[in-house]
Amino acid sequence: MAEESGATATVAVSSAGDRPAGGDRPSGGDRPSFGDRSDRGERRPPRPGGPGGREGGRKYFRRKKVCKFCVEKIEAINYKDVRLLAQFVAESGKIVPRRLTGVCTPHQRRLSSAIKQARNIALLPFAGRAS
Amino acid sequence: MNRAYELMFIVRPDMVEEEQDKLISTLETAVTSSGGKVRSVEKMGKRRLAYMVRRFHDGIYVLLTVEGGGGLIHELERRLRVTEPVIKFITVRIDEEQKRLDKIKAIRDAKRKTPPAPPAEPAGETAAVTA
Repeated sequence: MAEESGATATVAVSSAGDRPAGGDRPSGGDRPSFGDRSDRGERRPPRPGGPGGREGGRKYFRRKKVCKFCVEKIEAINYKDVRLLAQFVAESGKIVPRRLTGVCTPHQRRLSSAIKQARNIALLPFAGRAS
Repeated sequence: MNRAYELMFIVRPDMVEEEQDKLISTLETAVTSSGGKVRSVEKMGKRRLAYMVRRFHDGIYVLLTVEGGGGLIHELERRLRVTEPVIKFITVRIDEEQKRLDKIKAIRDAKRKTPPAPPAEPAGETAAVTA
């Protein structure tokens, strides 16, 4: 625990969880390679990938996405049409951010309040797959 | 006092048809006795819930559209809370949204009726201004 490691500063905490910054480990002088996951934290380079499978989220070039509601001129986003709302909800039940779906801001706001209303009335789940 | 509300509630799935109708008519009398008006009642049938509510996996959805003041909704919700078969409800105010939709529709219809006027000056004029 944290208090113990503070009290006895010389004892390196070797249990799973937080490791000290790499220098104390006697496991050889080889620097961790690119794909090596054993050294968490400092050495991992920033990865531009987005959540699994969706396009967009790259660092430089972002494909121009249009707002589905603006294009199809859907004005009313009702909490009752689950099929429309489920397109903007991830597998885990989370609301997908607008940088991935390309929805414009006012529509995203209405969409998210509709999704929250649908969640409250058990039309959409709070977490987990929508059956 | 012309607010329009949409009240959706879920009833336990093992409720019989007559009891549902009895409950709905009780709510309707409550609405009319407080000076409101019932616009429509829609029974949306049995649906699978997105998560378990009071140990039920399915529920019968009922949608009730009323017009009236805020006190009316207070009374209706109180009734729904004490009614044992009702397991969830949500009230949404719809008159503001309806006003916005009507305004958009009116603008769109007006635009469609009058053909779009041709632009007064071609782009050359503006280019001369900016040069």
